[in-house]
Amino acid sequence: MAEPILGLSGVSKRFGALVVSDDVSLTVAPGELHALIGPNGAGKTTLIHQIAGSLASDAGRIGFCGRDITALPMHERARLGLARSFQITSVVPGFSALENVALAVQARSGSSFRFFGNAAREAALNAQALEALETVALAARADVPAGLLSHGEKRALELAIALAMRPKLLLLDEPMAGTGREESLKLVALLASLKGRYAILLVEHDMHAVFSLADRISVLIYGRIVASGAPDAVRADPTVRAAYLGEEAA
Amino acid sequence: MSADIAQAVRTPLRRPLDPRALAVPLVVFAALALLPAAAAFGATSYVLSLGARVMIFAIAAISLDLILGYGAMVSFGHAAYLGIGAYAAGILMAEGVDDALLGAGAAIAASGLFALVTGYVSIRTKGVAFIMITLAFGQMAYFVANSLSEYGGSDGLTMASRSTLLGLKLLKNDLTFYYVVLACLAGSYLLCRAVVAARFGRALRAIRENPVRMAAVGYDVERIRLVAYVIAGMIAGLSGFLLANQTEFVSPAYMAWQRSGELIVMVILGGMGSLVGAILGAVAFLMLEETLSHLMEHWKVVFGPLLVLVVLFVRGGLTGLLAGGKRHG
Ligand SMILES: Nc1ncnc2c1ncn2[C@@H]1O[C@H](COP(=O)(O)OP(=O)(O)OP(=O)(O)O)[C@@H](O)[C@H]1O
Ligand SMILES: [Mg+2]
Repeated sequence: MAEPILGLSGVSKRFGALVVSDDVSLTVAPGELHALIGPNGAGKTTLIHQIAGSLASDAGRIGFCGRDITALPMHERARLGLARSFQITSVVPGFSALENVALAVQARSGSSFRFFGNAAREAALNAQALEALETVALAARADVPAGLLSHGEKRALELAIALAMRPKLLLLDEPMAGTGREESLKLVALLASLKGRYAILLVEHDMHAVFSLADRISVLIYGRIVASGAPDAVRADPTVRAAYLGEEAA
Repeated sequence: MSADIAQAVRTPLRRPLDPRALAVPLVVFAALALLPAAAAFGATSYVLSLGARVMIFAIAAISLDLILGYGAMVSFGHAAYLGIGAYAAGILMAEGVDDALLGAGAAIAASGLFALVTGYVSIRTKGVAFIMITLAFGQMAYFVANSLSEYGGSDGLTMASRSTLLGLKLLKNDLTFYYVVLACLAGSYLLCRAVVAARFGRALRAIRENPVRMAAVGYDVERIRLVAYVIAGMIAGLSGFLLANQTEFVSPAYMAWQRSGELIVMVILGGMGSLVGAILGAVAFLMLEETLSHLMEHWKVVFGPLLVLVVLFVRGGLTGLLAGGKRHG
């Protein structure tokens, strides 16, 4: 296997007495879609925070593209190509969809310490932003304030923001959560189209989506990875069946 | 469809050249430029000095608006920069350096340095903690000024005269001084306007709304906030330099915490995050203070509730009122 894009080894996190990430090790290979599943409260979002850098780990090492990023702040990890979507949608509500994405383009292209010239009129930024919006089929809503977009549109916008970063890894925390059936189907199709082009770590509760998209699945329960492997192997794993998939796999 | 998209790219959400957004500042600056002509028919020197005083505080208020309105940083120590700028002018004068450009440069540099050091510490905190820590640094500057016994201590420092420009006593003339202050106000306003629309300002505004999201796309949130904080401190330092020259007197009272509070009130009264609102707020605040304090002894009893009413009932402050009460997110 090629050198992984992302490698976690022995990553841990506790909140007081509660161990939320317990000695987690996992990798994401180039172009791989690695799904992370687990029941509510298993610690999936916490792990995403640790990888993205919004939470510091208590122990362990996080490697990204051959670098140790364990101690790097979130913005530096982002600049290295680590893009994320949030479980609870996070956009800049007063800015248009286009500007939300243009801000991501601006962050990686040139300095943001420019004090003259109207940023909203920078054609190069806007063109790249629009391209990302087109990818997620949101171009027609480019000038709508992000706060006024529907929930599903905001989820798509988050993906566009992440893509505009030209990331090496996408960390997606339940990108389908709270969307309607139709929107969710669109998002699955979109993820399928991104698959292979980006390394993706996907947290998702929708098992149909997970089993149809993932190259590899890891199961997190009480902060521990209890199983990891190809979808069929994970589906057949007795611990997983007993502890998690339950009737859904039956 | 693709025409829509092209349209969307060309017309960003907040058009910076919205005629109404341009009308208010144009009227404000035209009025300020014409004020001396109108004053020529009446109490000229009184009007000129009140006008200059208002504009000096407007500069400080604009700089506060940059961090308060655009960066959501509620600095309760902004008067410190007014004081530092004023002391830079007063101390240089006392040491025999009269030149206005040197004085203003020193005022700006000293304020910028103070902002850099105190901002570096404060910006790590949020909300009430930020308010308290900026207040504490402001008070620190106040007490240091009080202890400068060589430069008047708590009595303050009287300046021998106003600064000179190119060796000439140009600023001695109240009308010249008025227009110099107006030029500084216009410069500060235009600078902040440019900064706010530029890449830097856009990042600052976005950070105000969602700092975590901005960090997640790669912005060094603290650094951007710190730079804004330093720019604001430098502009406020310039207003302190002008204040010292106007009154030909420098006093620790310039940096009392009440002053910082008044600056916040000016910004909120005028409407945060519009820059021109800070000017309107300074005008309204100082005019009200002037009128009410002539009318009655306990003018603050009326003034306080009046402010509360404006803040409660006029969304977007005076600017909001002028723009028809409509405000965009
Ligand atoms: N900041 C925090 N302080 C204390 N406990 C926390 C904190 N954040 C999360 N937890 C706890 O850690 C556990 C894991 O939470 P986490 O959000 O990572 O789970 P999750 O797997 O993402 O769940 P879900 O599927 O519901 O999104 C939960 O028990 C949660 O209550
Ligand atoms: Mg979660």
